[in-house]
Amino acid sequence: MLSIQNLHTKIGDKEILKGLNLQINKGEVHAIMGPNGTGKSTLAYTLAGKDQYENTAGDILFENQSILELDPTERAHLGLFLCYQYPVEIPGVSTINFMKTAINEMRKAKGQEKMEAKEFLELIRTKAEIVELNKEFLTRAINDGFSGGEKKRNEIFQLAMLEPKLAVLDETDSGLDIDALRIVANGVNQLRNSENAFLVITHYQRLLDYIIPDFVHIMYDGRIIKTGDKNLALELEEKGYNWVKELA
Amino acid sequence: MSDAIELSEYKYGFTSDIEQEFAERGLNEDTVRFISQKKGEPDWMLEWRLKSFQIWKNMPLPNWAKLNMDPIDFNDIIYYAAAKKKPKLNSLDEVDPEIKRMWEKLGISLNEQNKLANVAMDFVMDSDSVFTSFKEELHKHGIIFCSISEAIRDYPDLVRDNLGKVVLPRDNFYAALNSAVFSDGSFVYIPKGVKCPMELSTYFRINAENTGQFERTLIIAEEGSYVSYLEGCTAPQRDENQLHAAVVELIAHDYAEIKYSTIQNWYPGDKDGKGGIYNFVTKRGLCEGYKSKISWTQVETGSAITWKYPSCVLKGDESYGEFYSVAVTNNHQQADTGTKMIHVGKNTKSRIVSKGISAGYSHNSYRGLVKMLANAENAYNFSQCDSMLIGKTCGAHTFPYIEVKNKTGKVEHEASTSKIGEDQLFYCNQRGIGDEEAVYLIVNGFCKEVFKELPMEFAVEAQKLLEITLENSVG
Repeated sequence: MLSIQNLHTKIGDKEILKGLNLQINKGEVHAIMGPNGTGKSTLAYTLAGKDQYENTAGDILFENQSILELDPTERAHLGLFLCYQYPVEIPGVSTINFMKTAINEMRKAKGQEKMEAKEFLELIRTKAEIVELNKEFLTRAINDGFSGGEKKRNEIFQLAMLEPKLAVLDETDSGLDIDALRIVANGVNQLRNSENAFLVITHYQRLLDYIIPDFVHIMYDGRIIKTGDKNLALELEEKGYNWVKELA
Repeated sequence: MSDAIELSEYKYGFTSDIEQEFAERGLNEDTVRFISQKKGEPDWMLEWRLKSFQIWKNMPLPNWAKLNMDPIDFNDIIYYAAAKKKPKLNSLDEVDPEIKRMWEKLGISLNEQNKLANVAMDFVMDSDSVFTSFKEELHKHGIIFCSISEAIRDYPDLVRDNLGKVVLPRDNFYAALNSAVFSDGSFVYIPKGVKCPMELSTYFRINAENTGQFERTLIIAEEGSYVSYLEGCTAPQRDENQLHAAVVELIAHDYAEIKYSTIQNWYPGDKDGKGGIYNFVTKRGLCEGYKSKISWTQVETGSAITWKYPSCVLKGDESYGEFYSVAVTNNHQQADTGTKMIHVGKNTKSRIVSKGISAGYSHNSYRGLVKMLANAENAYNFSQCDSMLIGKTCGAHTFPYIEVKNKTGKVEHEASTSKIGEDQLFYCNQRGIGDEEAVYLIVNGFCKEVFKELPMEFAVEAQKLLEITLENSVG
């Protein structure tokens, strides 16, 4: 589904990704771990097509098509979803309205009609249950005055609504208490299936107790330096990030 | 996204070929006499107009608003234009078919069979009220809803006692001009204890070339009554600037409430700033009675230049004034708008919520005055003025003036200026929402507090207008 080949990415003059390779097939859950400042979030943003990120070499193929030239909206239409580490507030725009616009814009891009109101409300109801959100919450302005946990649950709710092919979770576990972490992880587990894929970026092993990955990658200095199964995360937890530096 | 900024198509830019009768171009005493005679006015009205004309002649042009404009040649304007064929018995059958076609194009219905919208409408084209719907129905409740010209003829005492009571002819340059040459507008009278059963509305249309429109509206709400009134405005697309200088006066007696909403969509000029309406308006409400309430809501999307400050004089003890405003400017539009809340009585309260959105090369200013006089014990004002900028070539300005003469007065002011953030756009994009849709969504969210004050169907209309105004504003 996703093939990242020798990707080099700059922000301004600074090269952050220095020849990153990664292969994700449908039905798989991949975790990327690594110390701060190794380029994990840069990878997430550049996948989503954020403006300030310049790809100087390599390629990103999504379903065998290079997406480097596509803008963020077009990438979203292909089925790429980013779960933000810091979700953005939009005052006065309710989550429901935001999602209605998003779904209808996605459908428009595919040449489909707008979703019927009844169908939309039914969809909202079933998807809200996945992350245990009540309806009152969905009528509030998106992320405006939300707690950290609420923001992350809202991200997973949007993920559930849009049903992307590939979801990138950028440190979704940061700042979550154990209850919120469980809810978020349960949400992801309910959405996993043989047709989609997840890339879970995290700093701590803790999240991977709940979302069991098929592959764990260790990232350091803009590259993936070691790949293994879920036990690699445990080994990393035990030996600490200094061990990573020795590996590199 | 394309860098080319095209002007969104102004949907109401057409002209209608209607047989009209005009005053001679220019302004002198004879013009004033001509208008008064055409309207069949009594002598006292003519005298009032002539006095106002003298006042106007001796007044200097105001130049304190933050506006760039060429001087207006007041002698190059036609002050009166009216359709030749007018219905005599207020029957739709007698309306000029060309006017009916215009209504169709404007998407308005004055058909009394169609009561679903629950709106009674007065239609004013150029200098004249063409038709008022539901008059009879309203009459059963004792409500008077007609053109001001009719009111001067049919209810002279009511008009004479109240006209110019809130906005004196000498109030300002354009108020004096309007008092001399005003042509038509609406008159509303709600008797004691009556809650008006439908929305009252006036549609102002400029049709003729080189003419100015001088709307005059007067609304009187007697003790314990309630009325919600809405005005909408459009004009043809023309290269020259046209002048709309209105005066609106509201009077609310004890426990009465007037809700006045405006959706202003005059032709804004083309993308290079050529043409468009100069919209210079004096709107003021007098909360005369105890616990009276006046609420202004405005959505200003049109006009080349907008210069208006709907205000409240809070004279009655415990009276309450509100001002909710959304002003959107794009291309070369200029808006200088805001409100004045004059606290006179005890325990008077006011609330100001202003949202300014600027795009293109436009400038958008909020100018507001909160004044608490010496006797205004425990007066309270809350003001919130937010500006949003789209792009790098526009400007937003805030000029709040506060004068408090009573120590117990309390004024709270909040102001913010924001740009539509790259982060917000990226977040929307990532959910599949393109730049243009994202801007509508963000701007609508920004204006929500004001839109919720509008009657439902007009809120929808306002949102659409906002989208049209901001089309191609992100490049």
